[in-house]
Amino acid sequence: MHPKTREKIWLTVLGWFAAGLIFFPIFWMVLTSFKTEVEAVRTPPSLFFEPTLENYVTVRERADYVHFALNSVIISVGATLLATLIAVPAAYAMAFFPGKRTKDLLLWMLSTKMMPAVGVLIPIYLLFRDLGAIDTRWGLTVVYMLMNLPIVVWMLYTFFKEVPKDILEAGRMDGAKPKQEVWMLLLPLSLPGIASTALLSIILCWNEAFWSLNLTTSNAAPLTTFIASFSAPEGLFWAKLSAASTIAIAPILVFGWMSQRQLVRGLTFGAVK
Amino acid sequence: MATLNLKDLRKSYGDVEIIKGVDLAIEDREFCVFVGPSGCGKSTLLRMIAGLEEITSGDLMIDGQRVNDVPPSDRGLAMVFQSYALYPHMTVEDNMGFSLRLAGVSKEERRAKVGDAARVLHLDKLLDRKPKELSGGQRQRVAIGRAIVRKPRVFLFDEPLSNLDAALRVQMRIELARLHDELKATMIYVTHDQVEAMTMADKIVVLQGGIVEQAGSPLELYHHPRNLFVAGFIGSPKMNFLPVTVSAVDGTGATVRLAGGSSITVPVQPGRLRAGDAVMLGVRPEHLRPAEQGEIAGEVMVVERLGGETFLYVQLGAGEMLVIQADGEIPTQVHEKIMVKLDPATCHLFDSAGLAVERAQRHPLADIHRTAGRKAS
Repeated sequence: MHPKTREKIWLTVLGWFAAGLIFFPIFWMVLTSFKTEVEAVRTPPSLFFEPTLENYVTVRERADYVHFALNSVIISVGATLLATLIAVPAAYAMAFFPGKRTKDLLLWMLSTKMMPAVGVLIPIYLLFRDLGAIDTRWGLTVVYMLMNLPIVVWMLYTFFKEVPKDILEAGRMDGAKPKQEVWMLLLPLSLPGIASTALLSIILCWNEAFWSLNLTTSNAAPLTTFIASFSAPEGLFWAKLSAASTIAIAPILVFGWMSQRQLVRGLTFGAVK
Repeated sequence: MATLNLKDLRKSYGDVEIIKGVDLAIEDREFCVFVGPSGCGKSTLLRMIAGLEEITSGDLMIDGQRVNDVPPSDRGLAMVFQSYALYPHMTVEDNMGFSLRLAGVSKEERRAKVGDAARVLHLDKLLDRKPKELSGGQRQRVAIGRAIVRKPRVFLFDEPLSNLDAALRVQMRIELARLHDELKATMIYVTHDQVEAMTMADKIVVLQGGIVEQAGSPLELYHHPRNLFVAGFIGSPKMNFLPVTVSAVDGTGATVRLAGGSSITVPVQPGRLRAGDAVMLGVRPEHLRPAEQGEIAGEVMVVERLGGETFLYVQLGAGEMLVIQADGEIPTQVHEKIMVKLDPATCHLFDSAGLAVERAQRHPLADIHRTAGRKAS
């Protein structure tokens, strides 16, 4: 066998193995959601069993899925829109009118992501309590927006850097004011980048659990809270928890699947010309 | 009408001064070319005129009005970029009509104006295409069309032909010259290609290190370069320089002794020179010829045959290399020993500071304007 072919086969096997490893927990969760509670905790675990929808029925009866899902959609999309709205002018200024400290500023913004969220839990909680923002959609939206803002600015900055400066200058010569420059030239030209930034932001918001668990109870609770509510103090009900998790991640899974081409393109934008 | 006046224009980035005080007058309808080696500041100067770079100090006047603080679009200028800088997401028509759209011109009027410009540039069949569907030459024409549509007072070109292949460049050069005559507009053109400068310009501005070395008509720069830099920069292959000593100065000019021992009298104004001065003799390759009886002896080291003409690289006794532009038919071979004939009337002298010694007579073509019937300023 040609060494190149052998290498290719090895890489393929390795790739499938890695993919399987990552996918297995999700597969097992979906599988468990169709088992009975007894079947779910059996050792050794069974791969073949009589599937049941009983868990889904119980989950539906116990909690209003649509309410939580709607919260997830509103808060994720809202936070993403808000973050993009703030990040576009910031990234535009940093990409096209950089100052001496622009690079430092970007790094500082990103460094805030390195801090553990629990470090600011108490001050944020107190602020929320005094502002009456606990268990409100707008409160969680603002927190999610702040949480993602550094990444959104950073990504948009990278995409904007790819847009040739000449094109914006040509626009300026043609009489475009800064707002028109951004709206009519920069945004259309970096649309793929903006789309993948927004996608990533939505996914990050959707999966966020720390703040939603600490700042919401029922009114504004998104799907992550919904999942957590099935880990009861009396013990874990694995099958029900799996069913809840499956319907909680299903929308974002489908969404991610549909937009994967856009996501990959955005995340590798500029890396390969 | 559009005249430009640059008065002690300066540009600094922090402590580094890039443009070091440029004074320049550009007349109405003049085709002015900024030329110089890379990093000389020619593009920066153009961008300062355009309004894309802030002016650190000095005055930029357009038609007598100071426009230092006027935004780019209000200066009445249009610019053609080296990269063309077309809007990739718009059609040719939208690209050309973008400025009109921003100015709030109605769709019908926009269409008519874009149509007119497209006809001039033979773009009428391409109006629905996107830039990526166009060839380099077509993109270039769209970029020019975008400028024309605005009916600017002054056109600015930043090395617009440097991305085109040689044949297309010649074609576009002719087209631009034709356009200049047709539009009767003032144009400022930046290039590092001195052939472009010589063929298109009414006035060439030679820049180096952020200062204007000389400004004048192409033939003025060719026949009366102000200093060693301009003499070397204008003309291809570049002017030969030989260190010589002044042996006598009289009314007919300065007699200089060449390294080989022979003397020639160069017709320059005798004012500044004294016998014994060490000066530089400059002579262009096209003004040298191999001859039986010549002033300089040397050995041919390289022969470049271009067909119509032949370049001989001759090593002189003192180690200097002399380039001679000879006839294409010349049979000279490498390592042949030859004599080189100088015509004193075509020689230049430069003093120890590198400044040209004024020639006794002005060249009759030095003040000829490219555009018929006009004299260079």
